[in-house]
Amino acid sequence: MSRAIEEFNRRQLRARDAMDRAYAQPLDIARLAGIACVSEAHFIRAFRATFGETPHRYLQRRRVERAMFLLRETSRAVTEICFDIGFASLGTFSRTFHDIVGESPTEYRRRAKVKAVPTCFTMAWTRPSSLGPSSFGPSSFGEADTASRQ
Amino acid sequence: MLNSISISHVFVLDQDQALDFYVGKLGLEVSNDMDLGFMRWLTVRVPGQPGRDVLLEKPGPPAMDEASADQLRELITKGASGFTLGFTTNDCQKTYETLVSRGVEITQEPTEQS
Repeated sequence: MSRAIEEFNRRQLRARDAMDRAYAQPLDIARLAGIACVSEAHFIRAFRATFGETPHRYLQRRRVERAMFLLRETSRAVTEICFDIGFASLGTFSRTFHDIVGESPTEYRRRAKVKAVPTCFTMAWTRPSSLGPSSFGPSSFGEADTASRQ
Repeated sequence: MLNSISISHVFVLDQDQALDFYVGKLGLEVSNDMDLGFMRWLTVRVPGQPGRDVLLEKPGPPAMDEASADQLRELITKGASGFTLGFTTNDCQKTYETLVSRGVEITQEPTEQS
């Protein structure tokens, strides 16, 4: 009985979940398009129409969110974390992290505080950026205020 | 004053499918399943936890118009329906493995937190 848009959304969500699970692996558009049941050429546009950003950007934010977790919760070196989460070079990782979070991994680690809330909640909300700054201002997880920085 | 949360609520697209998921896969039990005529009152709970029910409600008329129900269904199918429910377990890793073996899709494996 479900409408085509619901089936379409479900498949897009399947693809997004697959990205969330395999965040440390390279972005495999062919595989994701297969999960979403659309052509490779159509997948990126379809994903953006559904979730408001490209698969590439979504994966970057997922990885950076994992990096933030590891910086807060572990004492692993920044270089180790960079490779743990799937970045191939420290330079790209540092630049991407700074773009999204507004400060370097080391600065973030110094400021960030651990908060006892469920991981999935943190996961959804500590990914600021292309969808606009948090509607709740700079969060207590310690990311920079993207609205007032510039 | 208020002293507990007795019923929380989740919108579902299909109550039989929801039952299969919440009971068949997650391991909850049916607390109440009544055909009220105008709606099927379906609640589930953690086994051994009476008084804390989750209502599995299908959006639609007469409670709300078709257009609003369609909008809800679109949000649900793209995973934008929010936090919904939180559970506790005695053995997170084992529960994770059990649920995955039953086909539950979990996007974040258990991690140690301080």
